[in-house]
Amino acid sequence: MEKRVTIVENILNANDRLAAENQSQLDKANVFSLNIMASPGAGKTSLIEHTIKLLSPEIRIAVIDGDIDTSLDADRAAAAGAIAVQVNTGGDCHLDAVMIQNALQKIPLNEVDLLIVENVGNLVCPASFKLGTHKNVLIASIPEGDDKPYKYPGMYRGIQALVLNKIDLLPYTTFDMPYFYKGVEILNPGLITFPLSCRTKEGLDQWVNWIKTQILK
Amino acid sequence: MHELSVTENILDISLRYARENNAKKIIDIYLVIGDLSTIVDDSVQFYWNIISDNTIAKDACLHFKRIPAKLRCQECTTEYLLSESEFSCPHCNSHNVQIIAGDEFYLEAIDIDH
Repeated sequence: MEKRVTIVENILNANDRLAAENQSQLDKANVFSLNIMASPGAGKTSLIEHTIKLLSPEIRIAVIDGDIDTSLDADRAAAAGAIAVQVNTGGDCHLDAVMIQNALQKIPLNEVDLLIVENVGNLVCPASFKLGTHKNVLIASIPEGDDKPYKYPGMYRGIQALVLNKIDLLPYTTFDMPYFYKGVEILNPGLITFPLSCRTKEGLDQWVNWIKTQILK
Repeated sequence: MHELSVTENILDISLRYARENNAKKIIDIYLVIGDLSTIVDDSVQFYWNIISDNTIAKDACLHFKRIPAKLRCQECTTEYLLSESEFSCPHCNSHNVQIIAGDEFYLEAIDIDH
C-alpha cells in the first residue's frame, strides 16, 4: 500500500545541528568567532595576518585554516602570533560543521578570545554549510569585478559583514562602486561593509575595531 | 561540488522517516530547491544511484521542485525574477526590493510502500 509521508526538513539539518553545538561550545568558553569566506586570491590570509598583528597579544586569537592540501596558510597565521590549526579538506570545496568540531578539540578554547575560521577559497559551496561561527564574513576584492553580488547571490545573502579589499587598486580598474553596492544592498539590506587595503593598511582600523566591539558584546 | 554530502543527507532523512513509518520501500522523494541554493540536480541523481544501492530507497525517483529566485519591489509591488534585470525593479527601476523566494532547500515528502 502506498502512502505519502510529509517531512519538510532542511536537507542540511544534520550539519545545522552540529553547527549549533559548535556555537554553544564557543559561547561557553566565551570565544567570539568569524567564518571568513572569499574567492581564491581575495586576501583571506593577508587580512587574517593583519588582524592578528593588530589585535594580539591583548586579544588571544586562534585560527582554523581550511585548505584542499598544504599548511601554507596556517603557517602564516602561526607566524603572525595565533594558535593555528590546519584542516585539509582533501579536495572538498568547503568546510563543514564536523570539520570545525574536530578542529575545536585541538584548541585550548579557555585561552582564546577570538576564533577566525579561514574557509576554502570558493564563492559557491561555503555559503551552504553553517559552521557554528558567530558571524559570516565575505571578503570581496576590487580586481574580482563589481558584478560578483549578481553572480553569487547565495554567498551575499548569508553573510553578516563584508570586507571590500584592495581598494588601493580602484584607480586602475573599471570597478563601479554604486553598481556593486546596489547588488549588495538588495541581497543583504543594511549589511556592514569595510572597504580596506591590506597593502596600504587603509581601513584596517575600522575592521579591527568592529571585531573588538563584537568581542566585548 | 558538494552534491555528495547533500545526497547523503537526503538519503539519511528519507530512511529515517521511512523507518518511522514502517516502510518496505521508498518510491518517490520530493525535494524543494530554491535557485539561490547551488545544487545540480543531475549530480544528486548520479550520487543517489550509487549510495542508495542496498537500501530500501534503491530505485526511488527523485523529484526536484525548483523555486525561482523572486523579488518584490517595495515601491510599486511588482514581482519579478532575479535573473530578469540585474536586481532593479523592471517597472519603476527602484532598488528598494526584497527577495521573497529562492532560499528553499528542504525535503518535502516521500512516498512509501508499507
